[in-house]
Amino acid sequence: MKLTVAEVEKVARLARLELTAEDKELFAGQMGAILGYVEKLKELNTDGIVPTSHAVPMENAFRPDVVRPSIGLEKALANAPEKSGTFFVVPKVIE
Amino acid sequence: MNYQPVIGLEVHVQLLTDTKIFCGCSTTFGSEPNSQTCPVCLGLPGALPVLNGTVVEFAVKAGLSTNCTITPRSIFARKNYFYPDLPKGYQISQFEDPICQRGWLDITLAGQEPKRIGITRIHMEEDAGKLVHGDSDMGAGSGVDLNRACTPLLEVVSEPDLRSSDEAVAYLKQLHQIVTWLGICDGNMEEGSFRCDANVSVMPVGSQTLGTRAEIKNVNSFKFVKQAIEYEIQRQIDLIEDGGTVVQETRLFDPNSGKTRSMRSKEEAHDYRYFPDPDLVPLVISEQWIERSRSELPELPGQRQQRFMADLGLPPYDAEVLTASRALSDYFEAGVAAHGNAKAVGNWVMGEITRALNDSGSSIENCPVPPERLAELLKLIDNGTISGKIAKTVFDEMWKSGKAPRTIVEEQGLVQVSDSGAIEGIIDEILAANAGQVEEYRSGKERVFGFFVGQVMKASKGKANPALVNELLLGRLKGQDGG
Repeated sequence: MKLTVAEVEKVARLARLELTAEDKELFAGQMGAILGYVEKLKELNTDGIVPTSHAVPMENAFRPDVVRPSIGLEKALANAPEKSGTFFVVPKVIE
Repeated sequence: MNYQPVIGLEVHVQLLTDTKIFCGCSTTFGSEPNSQTCPVCLGLPGALPVLNGTVVEFAVKAGLSTNCTITPRSIFARKNYFYPDLPKGYQISQFEDPICQRGWLDITLAGQEPKRIGITRIHMEEDAGKLVHGDSDMGAGSGVDLNRACTPLLEVVSEPDLRSSDEAVAYLKQLHQIVTWLGICDGNMEEGSFRCDANVSVMPVGSQTLGTRAEIKNVNSFKFVKQAIEYEIQRQIDLIEDGGTVVQETRLFDPNSGKTRSMRSKEEAHDYRYFPDPDLVPLVISEQWIERSRSELPELPGQRQQRFMADLGLPPYDAEVLTASRALSDYFEAGVAAHGNAKAVGNWVMGEITRALNDSGSSIENCPVPPERLAELLKLIDNGTISGKIAKTVFDEMWKSGKAPRTIVEEQGLVQVSDSGAIEGIIDEILAANAGQVEEYRSGKERVFGFFVGQVMKASKGKANPALVNELLLGRLKGQDGG
């Protein structure tokens, strides 16, 4: 159950990935195989089973609204490829 | 052809919590860029979000105050898209099962029956960071400040029930009043604490099919919302009349030109691929929780307006003005408690107090004249110590110096003159000095009476008891020949 190249291109565009023609062919097959594998689950009868959004049976984990120290500018900006003052700098975004 | 506008609003309400929705960083506005960040709100790998309980409390309060049903079990979802102000590459929001659903607000336009506006949903989500453009230090780039990233928001989505810009503004003002009244939002539109996107379409009058809508973003005042919607309605009508079609798109409102313009559609089709966020466990809100929250709600503005009319006998207009904000109506109530006459206190709050606040650019929370002092001033009028006119002078002095009204009256010798002998003396002088006007009056020009009153008040430096002046003056002019 191979995906079409167009489907691969759409997923790649949403993930901001640039793929070569060979990549697209390769992934069309691989992604199709993965989906086909998961497709097997459809063979199960799931009538009356509530969709599972979380695997852990837990609810209502809250944090009190109390300020904790931030990590500081030096650490926050440590990995910035580019910065100016205390701003991160990214390629120009035109609105 | 005549067209019917159809409008729905999406309002983002920034919540007044001390910390962000999923981490303990401060939400203080205006700090040094990126100083209020941590691995969670920077989106660093491995960091895990934990929900701020106060955000949920606020969301439930907002829902109950807008007649929503609180969803017993709601979940958070990831909304996936790329933009430089969104460090994780997804926004944590709610998609299926938002915390509040199916509410409404009743709006009333002047001279019209109330109209019910549906609220589709209210959900919780995190805000994005802030982008800064055009700073020369950044060369060809844009700056990113993530202090605002992860700040808690409620998104309130209305049904497309609004039919004019006036209805949209009335709905928006009421929602603004409720969230500020609850104390869950500071309501500051300039700083973006309360912001609105408007979905606008038009259809021929009588049509059952909605037209294609445009979404207007970036509208940060009530005035601009009105302008933006009106411009957009006319733009769409003109377009259709000229044989064109409205395209579904996002448009920006430019306050300088008063126009909306298309945002170049950078993401072709929106494909957010929402899915439940595995990092955040489901939220279960019990009946007991809802009832506790309901019992903690303050008296809401609509309820208080009704009470002001029913119990205090205020006219609808006064009741509405005096419940414009919770602080204003609390001030008014404290004044009534200290004085007793709701109408008199109301007139002063709507008149002198409001004027003085406007003149000084201050707000009722910082009013230098506390309500008890205002009541003392009104009592001085009631017992005849000062006239209503002098009271305004005393009030101005109270505002400036913070002194008690009685102290000011004594220090400046402003006690009202109610001694008829003294007033008659002044009247005699005025009549003698204005024989011409006296003749006019006696020959039938009764309008001159006001002139005499003015002269007497002026001569007494405003201290003469006005009622007594009227009475004595009339007696003098009409009765025995005084000239």
